[in-house]
Amino acid sequence: MSAEPCGDTIDGAETRSAVSLAGLTKSFGSLVAVNDVSLEIKQGEIVAFLGPNGAGKTTTLDMILGFQKPDSGTVTVLGRTPSEAIACGEVSAVMQTGGLLKDLTVRETVQLISTLFYRARPVDECLERAGIIEIANRRVEKCSGGEQQRLRFAIALLSDPELMLLDEPTTGMDVEGRRDFWNAIRQDAARGRTIMFATHYLEEADSYADRIILLRKGEIVADGTTAQIKNLASGRMVRATLPGAGEAELAAWPEVDSVEVRGDSVFLRTKSSDEVARRLLTSTAAHDLEITAHNLEDAFIALTSDESSPASPVGERA
Amino acid sequence: MTAISEQDRRVPAWGGFNLTFVGLEIRRILRNRRTMIFVLVMPTVLFLVIGLSQKNESLDGVDALPYFMISMAVYGAMVATTATGAAVAVERALGWSRQLRLTPLVPSAYMATKVISALSLGLLAVLVVYVAGFASGVRMSVSTWVISGLVAWLGSLVFAAFGLFMGFLLPSENVMQFVGPLLALLALFGGIFVPIEIYSDVLQDIAKLTPVWGIGALARAPLTGDGASIGALANALVWLAIFGVGAAQLFRRDTKRV
Repeated sequence: MSAEPCGDTIDGAETRSAVSLAGLTKSFGSLVAVNDVSLEIKQGEIVAFLGPNGAGKTTTLDMILGFQKPDSGTVTVLGRTPSEAIACGEVSAVMQTGGLLKDLTVRETVQLISTLFYRARPVDECLERAGIIEIANRRVEKCSGGEQQRLRFAIALLSDPELMLLDEPTTGMDVEGRRDFWNAIRQDAARGRTIMFATHYLEEADSYADRIILLRKGEIVADGTTAQIKNLASGRMVRATLPGAGEAELAAWPEVDSVEVRGDSVFLRTKSSDEVARRLLTSTAAHDLEITAHNLEDAFIALTSDESSPASPVGERA
Repeated sequence: MTAISEQDRRVPAWGGFNLTFVGLEIRRILRNRRTMIFVLVMPTVLFLVIGLSQKNESLDGVDALPYFMISMAVYGAMVATTATGAAVAVERALGWSRQLRLTPLVPSAYMATKVISALSLGLLAVLVVYVAGFASGVRMSVSTWVISGLVAWLGSLVFAAFGLFMGFLLPSENVMQFVGPLLALLALFGGIFVPIEIYSDVLQDIAKLTPVWGIGALARAPLTGDGASIGALANALVWLAIFGVGAAQLFRRDTKRV
């Protein structure tokens, strides 16, 4: 029995997506954890999965790794099933907690896992890149939370994977630890690795991702480049009382990004609030007009809180 | 360094099973002081204390000393394999099994690694007691030494399965705190500490159905000259099947769920 080459997938190595999810749904009892999630992640992207606790981030990552079986929908990782991609060493993950044996040293842990791959990077190289070469001989139980997290990162580097998933990787780290950790990840990603991480830190998604996918209650509520998400957030909300407002008519205004009608109130999202306000007051019966500014934080809260309805995704989803 | 996507990627042979991994597993077990005390020190001390005090007596028609030595080897080996198997409970509790599922290691290769490391520790347990036995004056024919030792060792496979069964059943880091005393009780009933002949007839019949009796009787057969009784062999095989199938079922449930 010899090692089997992984070979190219049917659609060819050049064009395959890093991750392709189609209609992914998963429930636990009556709770729908992930609801009809579809997305494509291209190779080389750094994608943040942003959302509050319980938004379905971990469940989605678990399905990408094959830890959970979706109720319906399909998962393709680099053109393969999750378990095939793992067997080929193409995908690795840094989990939030656990996964380490207390009685091993840092180096022994990496060494042990390295024997399981067909070809692994040298142990010390991975320790070096994760920034834990100095504590290689320390027992895992003596390591801080941040050090253990870098150990998980070192393990994830062993197969030199094309795709790395990180589930809330900096939970429990201090500001400095978080920055160091992300610097290590960023440097590493410069070689073309696709990174997908879950976080509920807005600032983390903003600083380290090229693309943000916002999740709420198991659904994608926004998906775009960080610039697009910021744009969405940097706009203003114009609210006015306008009984019998025609939603389609207002949405046709060029300066309006999105419209929502709730009872007698209309909510217009726009980047030119002055124009919209003037037009509302001069060409319609609108009154009691209010203009509110939104920052990224507000957008995040608005998009992910229980009260708001899902907004239309920004940017292309292809 | 080559570009990430241009590597020679392969699925490892044997589902990731390799001897370096087995070696590291064994090293991990040997490092656990508590396991070492229960596996290597305790059976030897029991043999020296109890066995030597009955040096010139006879049990079951043979000298007490070799009789007790074989029993203690069986005991050491069964504690060794149980402890190694049950350690999967610790690995599951710590999320290590999940970490391993992010590697090419296939479940059957993981199980094979566990069984081989369990049997390695079991062999060590038998050897330690036998060396202590020889040093304290046990003399048997070469074939009796070899066959009883082999049976004591391979019989512990029943308890490797038992340990894995317990390890997948109990989601605890302290699984041996529960399983350890259970083993002592089973050994007492199975004729390891005292020959079951001292029990009442009814109790003897019950004892012969418990999982330690079969492997103990088989290991002592070359010494007592009873020959491998069908009953003892059936006992060992049935318990091996029960624990083996049980462990496999729980293992399948476990890998599905995690």
